[in-house]
Amino acid sequence: MKNTISTRVADFLKKYPPFSEMDLQDLEKLSQKVSILYKTKESTVFEEDAPPHKQFYVVHKGAVVLRKKSQRDVIDLCDEGDIFGLRPLMANENYMLGAQAYEESILYAIPIAEFRPYTQKYDGVASFLMESFASNTRNPYSTDYKGILLGESPALKPQIDKGLLDLQHVHYSKKLVTSPETTSIKSIAVAMTQKKVGAMLILKDGLPVGIITDRDIRNKIATGAYPITAKAKDIMSAPIITYPKRMTIAQAQMAMMKNGISHLCLTEDGTANTPAVGMLSKHDIMLEIGNNPAVLMKAIKRAENFKTIKTIRRNVTGLLKGYLDQNIPLTLTSKIISELNDACIKQVIAITLKEQKDPPPVEFAWLALGSQGRSEQLLHTDQDNALIFEDVPQGELSRTRTYFLKLSKTINKGLNTIGYEYCPAEMMASNPEWCLSFSEWKDRVSYWITNPGPEEVLLTSIFFDYSLSFGEGRLVDELTAHIFGNTEKYPIFFTHLASGALQNPSPTGFFRSFLVEEDGAHKDFFDLKRRALMPMVDAARVLALSHNIKSINNTAERFERLAELEPNNEEQFLACSYATKALLKFRTKQGLLHNDSGRFIALDTLRKEEKMKLKRTFKTIKELQELIKLRFKVTSMLG
Amino acid sequence: MIRFFRNFFAPKKRNYPDFWMDYAEQFENGQPTTLADIRFVVFDTETTGLDLEKDRILSIGALSLQNDSIDIDSSFEIFLDQEFYHAGNIAIHGILRDEIQPRISEIEALRLLLDYIGNCILVAHHASFDRAMIDRALKRHGMPRLQNRFLDTSALYKRTLISSALLQKKDQYSLDELAEKFDIPVKDRHTALGDAYITAIAFLKIMGRLKVKDGFLVKRLFK
Repeated sequence: MKNTISTRVADFLKKYPPFSEMDLQDLEKLSQKVSILYKTKESTVFEEDAPPHKQFYVVHKGAVVLRKKSQRDVIDLCDEGDIFGLRPLMANENYMLGAQAYEESILYAIPIAEFRPYTQKYDGVASFLMESFASNTRNPYSTDYKGILLGESPALKPQIDKGLLDLQHVHYSKKLVTSPETTSIKSIAVAMTQKKVGAMLILKDGLPVGIITDRDIRNKIATGAYPITAKAKDIMSAPIITYPKRMTIAQAQMAMMKNGISHLCLTEDGTANTPAVGMLSKHDIMLEIGNNPAVLMKAIKRAENFKTIKTIRRNVTGLLKGYLDQNIPLTLTSKIISELNDACIKQVIAITLKEQKDPPPVEFAWLALGSQGRSEQLLHTDQDNALIFEDVPQGELSRTRTYFLKLSKTINKGLNTIGYEYCPAEMMASNPEWCLSFSEWKDRVSYWITNPGPEEVLLTSIFFDYSLSFGEGRLVDELTAHIFGNTEKYPIFFTHLASGALQNPSPTGFFRSFLVEEDGAHKDFFDLKRRALMPMVDAARVLALSHNIKSINNTAERFERLAELEPNNEEQFLACSYATKALLKFRTKQGLLHNDSGRFIALDTLRKEEKMKLKRTFKTIKELQELIKLRFKVTSMLG
Repeated sequence: MIRFFRNFFAPKKRNYPDFWMDYAEQFENGQPTTLADIRFVVFDTETTGLDLEKDRILSIGALSLQNDSIDIDSSFEIFLDQEFYHAGNIAIHGILRDEIQPRISEIEALRLLLDYIGNCILVAHHASFDRAMIDRALKRHGMPRLQNRFLDTSALYKRTLISSALLQKKDQYSLDELAEKFDIPVKDRHTALGDAYITAIAFLKIMGRLKVKDGFLVKRLFK
């Protein structure tokens, strides 16, 4: 009997090969036999060398990573709609690769016994699976390895080393921007500007005949060689060079170099006699290789939906890993990564705004808080944000807030889609407590400063590291001025903030051994964030505020500025700056290693020199805490 | 011990239907304690309204969930024939009185339901309501209450939220709020099986958040 759930499964499957080849009726019948599997992040679907399951898998939500134990490198990352674990369908052997959930995932498990008949019924299904299996990736188009089974040929080794990329089938843009050859250059330029593309495909009778790029317009129109009223066919590059759509990255690069062009036109059969199916630009290829911040930045700004940004962010993580492997200075690394993360957030907000029916009733500012506000967020973590909107008359306050809360909700959701977990403490702009008018924010921070209980100190320490992500900078500047005006009047606030900064316990115990967590989910792990990074961050904040240092949020940079302002403490503050960077780098490396926030470290996995390095920073932390205690006279309060 | 007392003080078993006896018998041998062996049944009822006295169950949807996996083939979906009917509720759940789905009597529905759930742990969103509705129906047919242990996804969800002075927890979280939080499509909202599915996915995600792992004591869920 068909039911609500199986219909839902069939609806999903029919969008992806090989299921797209099947009749809906068959697909619904198959869908009833499917199991829905939930996998938490990092949990195993199957182990390498394990006996085959009675089912293969389709990723419904999330992502699954395929790895070989011997090489830690990822062989493949399966995204929504990708299939994996086909081995039992083809050969009665143990799995050659291990599969693990890269993110929290929902998988559809397709029972092989139920599925097998369809491989005979549909040729398309059979050939897709054969190719997938033979190429050992979800992507059957890496033709160079067709017929070679993974692990049986040494040929795969260099491929893994190079990250497999240049032999993969290239993802081309299927959204074609075209014009007939009689269109005027002016309207082509307008269309290219609107659609934000660098090239336009020119058609005649529905078939591709030429390409016009930005360069053509510069070289042929702006120079005066052709008038702006000229037609597309006058200036287009022709004859057009076409290629088949199933092309690897390496092939595409070669084709462009050979012909001295930056755009390829892909057609159904690879000749100019069939309709175009896609375009491929140099930019697309660079993006595919994904190791260039400028390319990533451009891709982010072009992204039209959240899902695209999510994919780009995976490349950002790859870039980060590369930087760390090559030991690029952390200051530079974190600048670049923060810029890219910031651009992702901006783009999510821009997309959301574009989709709103009504424009915002007044100006607003979207703030990044916490580590994001300090530009210290290298890994994917929780989102912390807030929104300030301009003051409105009392009568319109409620309606205005409703608008911004709704907007924030969509933005928070978008940020969640691109990989920022929801803040478990709801410190997000969609929370009415964090979506206030300018006056309300002023009142709130004044209250925090004049009534600094433990909770207020905590709130301040999260909030005061804000930075503008999007919107009206004036609102932020005025709020900052208000904060500094207030703290000057209530110096006792610094003492409370300083005592807050000293609350995180010292990282080492009496015998200079690491202090580990004593209970909870992270028992026996060292909490790098709470015990080492937070004391530095908190201390830097109170010192910076007390020095009236505005607009520097980054902890390491705050210490550098402090070193300039206090020459007699220069050495100590520079040591703090260095230690902060070292800790941050340490955390980032740990996070990349375990695909998490890097906060909790299993000490027994560290090498001796890593432990030594970590311990060296502890001395700096201790000295810093002494300085804070003395300067802000905290002892009397604690006693 | 508690079980002993419960049994001791329980009224003597009367002439309950055979299916009830079969159902009740399954609770005598205790249940599996390792998480992977436990069968959860996530269910939802669509009713004519919220009044326990007057209103009736129109439809029950349920999914069997074991070892983090939902088996679609063994899902459960029934529609009941009820005399009592509010025109006003049709708009919400869309079960029209004369719709073509095969409908069964209430007693037949209870038989199928008890047979399906067995001694599993029942999971529902705002479980106390669904539980009370079924208990009332059982009572109308002269049977005792459900014997299963219950988990409520609304209450469990609250436990995933960290305790912090900055966060005001609500008393109740609606299924729509959970669906939104966990990014679950609400396409089939307000059908019993559709809601059961949303509840099931939310339940799995909550268990993930609560760090339910091997060796996790199931009884901790009932705290």
